[in-house]
Amino acid sequence: MFALQGYDAFLGFLLISAAVPVLALVTNKILAPQSRSGERVLTYESGMEPIGGAWIQFNIRYYMFALVFVIFDVETVFLYPWAVAFHRLGLLAFIEALIFIAILVVALAYAWRKGALEWS
Amino acid sequence: MSAGLDLEFSFSQVLQGLGLTPQLAHLLWLPLPMLLVLVAAVIGVLVTVWLERKISAAAQQRIGPEYAGALGILQPMADGLKLLVKEDVIPAKADGMLFTLGPVLVLVPVILSWLIVPFGQNLLISNVGVGVFLWIALSSIQPIGLLMSGYASNNKYSLLGGLRAAAQSISYEIPLALSVLAVVMMSNSLSTIDIVDQQNGAGLLSWNVWRQPVGFVIFWICVLAECERLPFDLPEAEEELVAGYQTEYAGMKFALFYLGSYINLVLSALLVSVLYLGGWGFPIPVEWMASWLGQEVDTPVIQVFTASIGISMTILKAYLLVFLAILLRWTTPRVRIDQLLDLGWKFLLPISLVNLLATAALKLVFPVAFGG
Repeated sequence: MFALQGYDAFLGFLLISAAVPVLALVTNKILAPQSRSGERVLTYESGMEPIGGAWIQFNIRYYMFALVFVIFDVETVFLYPWAVAFHRLGLLAFIEALIFIAILVVALAYAWRKGALEWS
Repeated sequence: MSAGLDLEFSFSQVLQGLGLTPQLAHLLWLPLPMLLVLVAAVIGVLVTVWLERKISAAAQQRIGPEYAGALGILQPMADGLKLLVKEDVIPAKADGMLFTLGPVLVLVPVILSWLIVPFGQNLLISNVGVGVFLWIALSSIQPIGLLMSGYASNNKYSLLGGLRAAAQSISYEIPLALSVLAVVMMSNSLSTIDIVDQQNGAGLLSWNVWRQPVGFVIFWICVLAECERLPFDLPEAEEELVAGYQTEYAGMKFALFYLGSYINLVLSALLVSVLYLGGWGFPIPVEWMASWLGQEVDTPVIQVFTASIGISMTILKAYLLVFLAILLRWTTPRVRIDQLLDLGWKFLLPISLVNLLATAALKLVFPVAFGG
């Protein structure tokens, strides 16, 4: 049923760990009191009546970080097989990885210079 | 290296002796370690919460919880029960479904990561091939849950907290993954079992922390940031953002966040000890001690003894790190968001890249010392 060893346990544990919050929430639903008064379900804003909602257009300051993150996350994913097999690949693989990382370091330096890594 | 205690093998031997097929025996075995690990994780959280309260109290010269049980050890349990019977409030303006899904998405990956935490040679749920990479992949799911709960609350504090949490998570994930990469390179395997085995050739001296001091520090900082522990607890900075993405949460859903963050702390401490501090290894290898005493390593008594030492050592190392994390909470001021991002992107990321390349170069020059 499973081509790779040990992953049946992953599926099983996924079900068990997903059952934990479900059970907790259902128990809470059964045990907890339910009162639906108007004040209680008001959005919290330091005791005042909330002014406007939060679902508005806002400036996501971090989207540049998200873009740079994608680049480097993909890089690490590519480097994992390299690291695991490194003992069999030797010097050539080291130089290749060096070139690969150098290209990305140039990208990082560019983003840095351009101010993409500034929080402003 | 001895085979160690293999409970699954013994268990399925017994069941096959009763006339069951190996597949059925395996199926019957599967849930046992999972439930055991789940219970262990929850008890670990209760202990950590108690420790946190007691150590915080000691750091501030208070007494801390003392009425519920001796020294207040039942206090976390009482907290949990209280939260279980609390009313579940969903704000009228919030998105109900995403609001509920957020904490679930935060908790499930954290529990699931316990799949790969080893307490001994065969004492883990499953020695999957991707090993530690599974943890890195699962930890990327968490920011989605944080962002989701922050956005669904329809509260300004929650939104800002959720965005901060996501930014922080992604900023520290890359140095984290790169420092794990250097360890993986030394053990030639992603499996946590192989990573620990590789460190236990000569006891204390062969632990990865000596060969990866820079990686160890990077990993520890990143883990603190991923757990939102105090020098990096911006997403829920109470002076600025009330409680960040948790602001609107009450009752069980708040408890899920709480549980998630503490399970994550214990998990991270366990993984630091697995990756850098020799995992279940005793400072002096048990095989050496057995041979000094003239004992065979494979006798059942010694195997059980070795396994108990392994479990105790893993837990001891992890809780030393938890203790350190709690002390850090009361001794370091919170960083600002720009300092946080600068530290991640302009300091830890370049250093972890250099650390990785240095490890690769050293492995080429001294193949024996760096895992062959």
